[in-house]
Amino acid sequence: MTVETKDQVIVKKATRDAFGEAILQLARENKQIVALSANLAESTRLDGLIKELPDQYFEVGVAEQNMAGIAAGLALSGKIPFITSFAAFSPGRNWEQIRVAICYNNANVKIVSTHAGLSVGADGATHQALEDIAITRAIPDLVILSPADYYEAKKAVIAAAEYKGPVYIRLSRQPSPFITDESTRFEIGKCNILKEGKDLTIVAMGLMVNEAMLAADKLEKEGISAEVINCHTIKPLDKQTIISSVKKTGRAITAEEHQIIGGLGSAVSEILSENYPVPIKRIGIHDCFGESGSAGELLSKYGCNCDNIVEAAKTLISNTK
Amino acid sequence: MNPLELESLSKKIRIEVIKMLAKAGSGHTAGSLDVVDILVSLYFSVLKHDPKKPTWEDRDRFVLSAGHMVPALYAVLAEAGYFSTDRLETLRKLGSPLQGHPHYDLSIGIEASSGPLGQGISVAAGMALAGKIDKQPYHIYCLVSDGEHDEGQLWEAIMFCAKYKLNNLTLIIDRNNIQIDGLTEEIMPLEPLDEKYRAFNWYIEEVDGHNIDQLIKVFEKSKNQNKPTAIIANTIPGKGVSFFERDYHWHGKAPSQEEAALAIKELESA
Repeated sequence: MTVETKDQVIVKKATRDAFGEAILQLARENKQIVALSANLAESTRLDGLIKELPDQYFEVGVAEQNMAGIAAGLALSGKIPFITSFAAFSPGRNWEQIRVAICYNNANVKIVSTHAGLSVGADGATHQALEDIAITRAIPDLVILSPADYYEAKKAVIAAAEYKGPVYIRLSRQPSPFITDESTRFEIGKCNILKEGKDLTIVAMGLMVNEAMLAADKLEKEGISAEVINCHTIKPLDKQTIISSVKKTGRAITAEEHQIIGGLGSAVSEILSENYPVPIKRIGIHDCFGESGSAGELLSKYGCNCDNIVEAAKTLISNTK
Repeated sequence: MNPLELESLSKKIRIEVIKMLAKAGSGHTAGSLDVVDILVSLYFSVLKHDPKKPTWEDRDRFVLSAGHMVPALYAVLAEAGYFSTDRLETLRKLGSPLQGHPHYDLSIGIEASSGPLGQGISVAAGMALAGKIDKQPYHIYCLVSDGEHDEGQLWEAIMFCAKYKLNNLTLIIDRNNIQIDGLTEEIMPLEPLDEKYRAFNWYIEEVDGHNIDQLIKVFEKSKNQNKPTAIIANTIPGKGVSFFERDYHWHGKAPSQEEAALAIKELESA
């Protein structure tokens, strides 16, 4: 997708599109890989795989709980199943099945969920998963990935397939700008510093990484130097990188398209308060439901864009001078 | 073993189960006793398995979806040779692999973690699907309780099994008519249960869940269908002990040492 603005042409692509391409490539190379859909195959971008490799695809109907259990049984029999749905339903609807059938069995299942966050847009609050990180983060032995753009999503899917054990990958419906490229390093559990700075650390995930970069540019113009960390792995959290950045800057902001309760903001607050307490502000959804609207309108209304980060940074700096 | 020997083995297992539950001080008595004949039929006659090679790829798999009945499964697995019967007394104790509900551990013959109702059947269906994909010779057996049919997930799985014609899956329904809160037909009526399965395109059999000879015949029959098989096994909750039988209060309760002694005495003199 190409969006033309006044001064430049920005190429955008959704992270779910990366999943569709990566899963097809993986399934071609490894016959043990199978994909399951709960009646959302096209929306989750399984259509390419279905067309080319129909024997590696299983449609379970609108039944996310059964899908999680089926996948566990497949994995215990040597398959590498990818289960797909919207994040509101998987892990939203099938949390207990993910906990018991997948994670307690340590079954090699990959839970891939699109349409996470407010940017789902017009479908409204029922379909906007804003709590998925909070509920999955508490489950032992589950790796959680939230890639920032198309390229990173592709690498996250491939890394998840190579990793042995349960993984949850959080993807978006909304096309978003490229922040990384084909050569950017991706390693589960190792977050990437996108921009170095000395006054504060912004730890962001998913679509908010781009907003964090935009905010850092704006802050730079006002003489504030922000370090930006792309935290693509929520669990296991890269404590070392985050703590050593904050030791340098002394302030932290987290940015996520998720409730500030239980998500990235909570995860970062937990490790900082235990290891190196500093003033912190959390950008995200403040304990409320979303509504219908365009992605841009919603992110703006609910306080999830670069201006909110800029504002938080200024407050943080003036409070701690 | 002939049916007579299997029946005396069942009695031995029931005594073990009562000892285990009394020692643990908690657990599910009624179901654990009523599934014994089903499990004995499976592990000592029907299943293709080797306790010395618990990870053998071609083995038949058994998933206890109604995980609360696991004391009976542990006793049967120990008797079959998966582990020493001495370990049975560690049921529900700290550090024991014999968890209160099954935890995936092939070394003791447990094929999947289960217990939250409605989940085990999906896992079993996934195993059966994997067997179909790879044209494996193994058969999957799964035991569900009747109260478990209240769970929506179970019906999701039933539709799935029929859709993919998983005729390498045999489901055993422990029809003991009780659940924790009371009688199944009062809590949430299930009848006509056989017609429901037929309508969902399953092959259905009904059997006396305490008649080992009949159970074995029905299990053999279930391997030769072109659709998944459900066997409604009519059982008596608390089977074998007069003061446990048909009393739903024993669903989720373990006997005291005194009650256990009485129960064992009754079983031994039968």
